Parts: sequence; C-alpha cells; structure tokens
Amino acid sequence: MKRSGMTGQRLAAIFMVGCILLNYPILSLFTRPRVIAGIPLLYAYVFGAWALLIGLLALVIERRRD
Amino acid sequence: MLQGWVIVLVAFAYLGVLFAVAYYGDRRAAAGRSIIANPYIYALSLAVYCSTWTFYGSVGRAASSGIGFLPIYLGPTLMVALWWYVMRKIIRISKAYRITSIADFIASRYGKSQLLGGLVTVIAVLGVVPYISLQLKAISSSFTILLHYPRIVMPAGAVALPFMKDSALYIAMTLAAFAILFGTRHLDATERHEGLVAAIALESVVKLLAFLAVGAFVTFGIYRGFGEIFSRAQEAPKLRALMTVSETGGSYSTWASLTFLSMLSIMCLPRQFQISVVENVDEDHLGKAIWLFPLYLLLINVFVLPITLGGLMLSPAGGVDADTFVLTLPMAQQKEALALLAFVGGLSAGTGMVILETIALSTMVCNDLVMPVLLRQTWLRLNERQDVSGLLPSIRRLAIAAILMLGYAHFRAAGEAYALVATGLISFAAVAQFAPAIFGGIYWTGGTRNGAITGLSAGFAVWAYTLLLPSFAKSGWLPLGLLTEGPLGIALLKPQELFGLTGLDEISHCLFWSMLANIGIYVGVSLVGARRVAETSQATLFVDVFRHTHGFDRSRIWRGSASVQDLLPLTGRFLGPDRARDAFLAYAHRQGLRSLDELRADADLVHFAETQLAGAIGSASARVMVASVVQEEPPGLDEVMDILDEASQVRAYSRQVEQKSRELESATTELRAANALLKELDRMKDDFMSTVTHELRTPLTSIRAFSEMLLHDPRMHLAERKRFLAIVVKETERLTRLINQMLDLAKIESGNAEWHPTELDLNEVIRESVDATSQLFREKGVALELALSDSVPRVMADRDRLMQVLINLLSNAVKFSRPGEGRVEIRLGTARSGGQDSLRVDVRDNGPGISPADHQTIFERFKQVGDTLTSKPEGTGLGLPISRRIVEHFGGRLWVESELGSGAAFSFILPIGLPSEASEKLAREAAHTTT
Amino acid sequence: MTKRILIVDDEPNIVISLEYLMKREGFAVETATDGEAALKVMAERVPDLVVLDVMLPKMNGFEVCQQIRENPGWRGMRILMLTARGRDREIAKGLGLGADAYVTKPFSTSDLVARIKQLLGQVP
Repeated sequence: MKRSGMTGQRLAAIFMVGCILLNYPILSLFTRPRVIAGIPLLYAYVFGAWALLIGLLALVIERRRD
Repeated sequence: MLQGWVIVLVAFAYLGVLFAVAYYGDRRAAAGRSIIANPYIYALSLAVYCSTWTFYGSVGRAASSGIGFLPIYLGPTLMVALWWYVMRKIIRISKAYRITSIADFIASRYGKSQLLGGLVTVIAVLGVVPYISLQLKAISSSFTILLHYPRIVMPAGAVALPFMKDSALYIAMTLAAFAILFGTRHLDATERHEGLVAAIALESVVKLLAFLAVGAFVTFGIYRGFGEIFSRAQEAPKLRALMTVSETGGSYSTWASLTFLSMLSIMCLPRQFQISVVENVDEDHLGKAIWLFPLYLLLINVFVLPITLGGLMLSPAGGVDADTFVLTLPMAQQKEALALLAFVGGLSAGTGMVILETIALSTMVCNDLVMPVLLRQTWLRLNERQDVSGLLPSIRRLAIAAILMLGYAHFRAAGEAYALVATGLISFAAVAQFAPAIFGGIYWTGGTRNGAITGLSAGFAVWAYTLLLPSFAKSGWLPLGLLTEGPLGIALLKPQELFGLTGLDEISHCLFWSMLANIGIYVGVSLVGARRVAETSQATLFVDVFRHTHGFDRSRIWRGSASVQDLLPLTGRFLGPDRARDAFLAYAHRQGLRSLDELRADADLVHFAETQLAGAIGSASARVMVASVVQEEPPGLDEVMDILDEASQVRAYSRQVEQKSRELESATTELRAANALLKELDRMKDDFMSTVTHELRTPLTSIRAFSEMLLHDPRMHLAERKRFLAIVVKETERLTRLINQMLDLAKIESGNAEWHPTELDLNEVIRESVDATSQLFREKGVALELALSDSVPRVMADRDRLMQVLINLLSNAVKFSRPGEGRVEIRLGTARSGGQDSLRVDVRDNGPGISPADHQTIFERFKQVGDTLTSKPEGTGLGLPISRRIVEHFGGRLWVESELGSGAAFSFILPIGLPSEASEKLAREAAHTTT
Repeated sequence: MTKRILIVDDEPNIVISLEYLMKREGFAVETATDGEAALKVMAERVPDLVVLDVMLPKMNGFEVCQQIRENPGWRGMRILMLTARGRDREIAKGLGLGADAYVTKPFSTSDLVARIKQLLGQVP
C-alpha cells in the first residue's frame, strides 16, 4: 500500500501540473503568431505539453515497484 | 465509381468481422481463456470515447474554433491521472457489490434506492439520445456523400427525405440489431460482455488507423508535410486566426469549462462506465491504461488541424461542410479506397459508440426502470413465476430498439441546427450531472439519498432549461423569442443568459448554473437531513471499500433469518434455475462444503444471492427481492457503530458519532420525561385509590361503630337503638350508592356501559325527572319553575341515562338551596353550537354559587366543593363526572356558569343532527338494543 | 375528675357514634366539625384529649395537630388521630407532628376506647 500510495500521489501531481500547463494563463503565453519548426507555436506547445504529460504518466506507471 | 451496393457490402462485411471477433471472444471467455484479459485491449476499448464526434466532428470544430476541439481530449487525459485513486475505487466497489451500470452504482450507494436508480436512468437516456442521434447523422451523411462519388454533394436536410429513403433509419435499425446481437445474447450475472469488448477494441484500432491514414494522406500526399500546410495557411488571414486562441469572447473560460466537462464525462457517460468499470477484467489493467488511453487520444488528434486547414484551403468556400472533410478530401483527390477506408473508420467510431451506449442504457432501463415497476405490478404475478430469466433479455432488446428509435426521432426532428460537436456537448453536460453524486458518494459518507435525488434533479432541470430548451428553440420546435426575450418576456429568465449572466458560451453557462444547483443542493440537503441506517451502512461500505473488502465480517451488520430453499429458487427465477444452482454449488465448494444441503443460509449466503441477483436485475431490485424472502431486521445502532469503530478515520465519522450521541442524549431525556410521567401517573393512581378507599371507609366506619355499639350495649334504650339502626341503614345505602356510581363511571369510562338510545322528546324526560325529585323540593321548601318548549325536535339518547343527568342536576340544585328561600328554574330550548343545531337544558338555582376557580374541579371525581351552608355536602362526588360523560356520549356538552353569591346554572346541550360518526355509533347501539 | 374529650370530624354520623361511646365511658364530650371550630373550642376550654380526623374542611387534621403542639399552654393535651387514609406515610406524618396515637377507620369501638383510656393514663 505504501508504494502504490506514492504512485497515486505522483499521478495526482501530474494531474495538477497538467491542469496548470494546459490552461489560462500559461496557455496565453503561447498564443502568438510564431512558428516553430514549421508548426504554429500554440499548436506545438499544446501537443508538446500533452505528450510530456503522457510521458510522465508512463514513467510513473511503468517504474512503480509492486 | 462506387456503387451503392459496394458500400453497403463493405459496411456489412465490416460489421460481420466485428461480430465474428465478438463471437470468438465470447467462446474464449466461456472456455476460460479470455482474449481481453490484457491492459492493451482494456486501453483500446476505453477509446470508445472517440465516436464520430471525434472522427468527423473534431475537424468541423477546428474549422470554426481552431485549437478549441482539444479540451474534449485534454480533460480525459488529466482525469485519467486521478484514476489511480478514483477509478480503482469505483471498480473495487462495483466488483464487490456487482454493480452493473452507473445508475446501479448511484442507487446502490444511496441505500439501494430504486427512485434514485430510476432518476439516473431517465437522465441518462434523455441526455444521451442527442448523442446517439449525432452518430446516426454522421454515419448517414457519410454514406450519402460516398454514394455520390466522385461528385461531392452535401446531403440534403434529413427532414426532406421520406422515411423509406432515409438511410439513417436503416442504419438505426441495423445498429439496433447488432446491439441486440452483441449485448443480450446471454445474461451474465456480472453483465460483462467479453466478445463485445474485443470488438470495441478492434473498432478503436480501425478508426485510429483510418483517421491516421487520411491525415497522413492530406499532410504528406496532398502537401509536403506539416510545414507546408501551416505555412500556406499562415498566408490566409482567416486561417491564421485558427492557430491562436482568440483573446476575446471568453475563449479561455470556454477552454477551461470544456476541459472540466470532459473530465466529468469520461467518468459519467454510461458507455464509459460500462467499458471502464463493468467490463474491466482486472483492476491492474488500469495502470497501463492510464498512459495508453491518453496516448491514443493524442494520436487521433495529431492530424485534425492539418486536415482542417487542407480542407479549408482546397474546398470552395462554403460548399463543403467541414464536418465531412475526413471523407470528402480523399474523394476530392479521387482516392476511392482511402475514401472507403475513411467511411469504415467513421462507421466503426459510430457503431462502437452506439452499440455500447445502447447496451449500457438498456441494462439501466431494464434493471432500474422497468424491473422495479414490473415487480410491483401484482397483476403480472412476476413474483410467482418460477423462471423470469427469459424476460430480462427481452426487456433489454426492447429497450435497445426503443433507445435507437428515440435517437432516430431526434435526428429527424433536430435537423441541421447543430454541428456534431455541439450536439455531443449537450449530452456531456447532461451526464456530468451524475458527478457530484458519484464523487461525493465514494469520498463523503455524509452524502445522503435525499441530497443525491434533489441535487441531481435540480442539476438536470437547469440543464434542460439552459441547454435542451434552447436546442428545441433553435430546431424550430419552440418560438425563438424564448431565447431572445426570455419566457413571457422576462429577460432575467432567458435560458442562455440566466439571471443576466452573460459572457459565457452556452455550455459553460449551463455547466456553471447546473453544477451550482446540483452540488449546492446535494451538499445542503445531505447536511441538513437525517438518513436511514441502510444508507449509512452503504455509505460506509462505498467510502471505505478498500478496508471492507478484505475480511470484512458481513454478519456483523446483518441480523435476520433466511433459508436456502427460498434463496435458490429466487435467484433461479432471474438467472435461470441451472445457472443459479451452479452458482450456489460453486459457492458451496468455495466454502469447503460438498453439496447444497450443507449450505447454511447465513449473512454471507444472503449477500451472495443478492449480488448474484444484482448482476441480473440491479442492486435496488435485488435488495427488494431478497428482502421478500428473508426475514431481516435493519442493522441496529450497535452494528453501525461497530463498522464505525473499524474505520480508523475518526474524523470522517465524528459527525456521525456526534449525531448518534446527540440522539442517545435526546433518547435519555425522553426516557427521563417518560419516567417522570409514569411516576406522576402512578402517584395520581395512588391518590385516586386513596380517595376511593377514603370514600368507602367513611360510611363503613359509621356502620361498624354503630353495629358494635348496638351489639355490646344490651341496656341501650329502644329509641336510641332505632336511631342508631336508622343511621346504619342510611350509611349502608350510601355505601351501596357509592359503589354503584363508581362502577357506573368505570363502565362509562371503559366503554363497557350499556346504552339504549331511542328517539326522545326532551320535554317528557324533564317532566319525569321533575316528578322523581318533587319530594326533595317539597321537603326543603324549594320552588321549581319549568320553562319548557313543546315544539323542540326529538333527539337520539338513552332515556334512563338522561333522567340520571337531570335528576343529578336537580337534586344538586336542591341540596345547595336555602330551605324555604330556594328557587330552581329548569329551561329547555334550542341553541346553535359549533355550527350545529342543539337542544339546550339549563338548571338554575339561587344558591351560594360556585367560584370560577372551582368550575372544572366539580366535574372531577370525588371533588366536592365545600360551601358555606353545610359543613360537608352530601352525595358521593361522582354525580357530576358521570353526568358529564353521559352528555358527552351523546355528542353534547355539560358545563356550569356561576359566580360566588349569585347562584349557579348547570347547562347541557345535545346535538339534534348528530355527526355521522356519532350517529352511526348510536345506531349500532340502538340496533343492539332491539336484538 | 372527669376527663374532657374533644371529637373533631366532618362526618355527622361518626361524631354521633364517638360522642355516644365516650359519654358511655364517663368522659365529658365536646364536638367540632372542622379544624377552625376545633381550635376555637380548645381555646375556650382545654380538653385532655382530642380525637382528630385528618380530612377536615377549612383546616385539616395535620394543621390542627401542628397548632396544638406549637401552643405551650396545650402541652399536656393528648392527640389521637383518626383517618380513613391508612397509608404509612400519613401515619408517620401524624406521629411526626406530635400525635400520640393514630387509628385508622373503620375502627373497633372497644379498641378505640382502650386506646383512649391508655392515653389518659387510666388502665383499662
């Protein structure tokens, strides 16, 4: 229970990070008509942040020891 | 050229493959070698979330709001991170108590409430119908568009088509047939459909591949990668706007509220509950799904914007609906096979959603709506039928067909007013209303049934008013003025600007008000109201599921008696006798017993039977059915306290403990009061007995004293002897009178007195009473005046009893009159009292009068009031109490009016037209008299 | 010397019987039918013994008893209480207030006479 308790807490932390990254006001920082590697900044940011979250989720889930 | 039959053939071939997979899955499951028992299949099946809304609608949404299509997928991504806590708990609860649907879950949590289960079902069906309708719309228009290949023709409005030529109707019927085939082929106690899950997982693969193929084709086939699409789009100002969030119009709040809404929907949609909870094979699969499912969502959205931009750049302005770009772009490029693949992808997105949703809803309709009603219909004699297991699949089949027809009806009626995504969001907002009851239910023991019912109803009502009503208005069913001016012109009640709230899009607006009402009332009512013990125990079982499922001793909260002979047939009636026998046998084996005969009908067996039944007919109905054959007592305070003790989270329960101790305290206070009352009654009885003995002993004392004196004194003079004997006789008479009157009063008070009511002329009765007392008047020299009235109506009363009253009043009057000066008047007349015509008799004397303080006392037993004339009034002290009771028996009233020094007037009234109840009573007595 | 006895009771027939009984035994008898009248009679001429009913109009037997005991001039007066309420609590109350004896109604005439003689120091 102790270890999976840590897993739950880590996942909850990712949830909170996600809520912040993918919302106003952070989002507004990226809503600029710029292009990164041919992709609009906002689009690149949202998908990037999304992918980052998924990566973190996978990391926490797959490295849990139980 | 794509022939119509080719498309139909491909569609049916695809459905055939699906069915084959499902069939194979079921076979493997039956053989105990599940093909879905791995986390990848579980994660893929969760992607049933992506319906045609995703497949076609995302592009449509992106064409109008750019990146605004994404919150619907970001919400679930975030929510899934919390699944480790939330979903694991829901799954654990559902497996422990055999929950079969979201309605069952909520009903079970709040004391297995049938009402709540029904309410959730109704909201789910009403809320989800538009969602199903949008799938029909999407599949139907994709079919129609593909039929015109290579031309790109937008389908005409559905309403324009006659029913028989409307492909959506056939699609709805086909989907109903498949849902029935998939979902209700057999009835499983756990309501799990392994084959169906396998098919859903396959559909998820197909739609993802199809979408990726179209996306890759647009991005890399038509253009040369993302870079080119975006750089081309940057050149068009209209398209450039799609790549940023517009700074005005509350775009961020829309973003946030859609994210929040979809977080709730991934938990609350009936099909998501079905696939993630009910169909879950192993709790551990949750782990991988937590990152695989968001990954799926990300992949299926990667190409949305390129397809959108490509579609907008390649299509003539306004000619093609952006909702169809996924299909029309390959068509426009003459890619026949790709277009067909896109069609199949859309088909798989639509069928997956529709089949699973209707199956989930049909389970709810059957278990939480139809069965509770049917079981209550005694004329159906369902309770007596030996096997109703065949009935359940039939009800579910009918429900599936009915729900799809509702969806179709909505599709015909709603027309083109809404884009795919907008329709879907209406459904999201409806099912989101379940969230407070669910989350509150698993984390807060304080949530009550009444709180859930009222909160849910309020939230749903607000939803209907702020979202459903406007959608009707926009579809032309209701006047548009309702939206622009408000109902009856009241601007504050405008459905989309409730109480003047502006600046929010319609979904956020609805979400704010409905959640405010829902959560506020749920919490408020829960905090204020009391709850039943059954609710408390369910609440504890749900909230503390991780504690209780391990070695929880159920018998501790269950008291009752049952028998295997009752439980087995009951289970058999719903599961089928053979299945039930097998299940019980398996249970017996698990208990280490060899046969059914050794089974003991203890709390665990009752629980086992109930969960078996719950799987088939829902927990609320199961509870009712089990209760019908089991004698049980509700768990008592002690048992519940035991559960509470077991929980170590003292704080969570302190409120409850406090309440219990408050109850205990008030019970103690009540007991104390009751005890005091008993003591008082005891004292009063004691006083009464003491008075009675005093009254009896007084004449006895004289009798004994004189008798002894007469006996022991032989020399007593004869005159003395006579005087003493006369006293003895008089005292004996007094004793006899006393005893008779006491018995009389006792009989009247206990209702054992005999009454002989007849129709009486009160004039006669008064005259007779006067005659009977005339001797008294003469002896004391008291004058008597009669003021009678010959024309009074007759009354129903007992002649002798009434004379008893009159004689008592007359002799009292004489008793308290001055000899020689006394004057008594008796008067008869009519009166109106309490809205009733009555006869009134007054007996007035000119004696010393009675002080108002004693006006009540004189009607109490043995309470004679002393006066200035004689040191002790004669009589027993029972005459007036008896008289009053006699008058009251005939529906009348006896009272006194007097002041000290100005005489007394005793009056009584007797109603002429008796109230029906009293007259019936008297009629019965009269009838009794004649027999 | 003839002993004087005051009989206080509100039941006329009981007064008659007691009066007859006491006179027959050679006592001088006076009567009263309520508490106040009894105190008046005592004030005029102090009796040697009072036969006192409890349930009396105007002033009950207990109160009369109490008043007698509070008056130093009446210290030698014997009090025999007579009641139809024979409960222990009332007997205790009567004796507590200074009554010398307590007899419940209905009584045996010979017992009552013996009791009175005993209280007056005349051995029967």
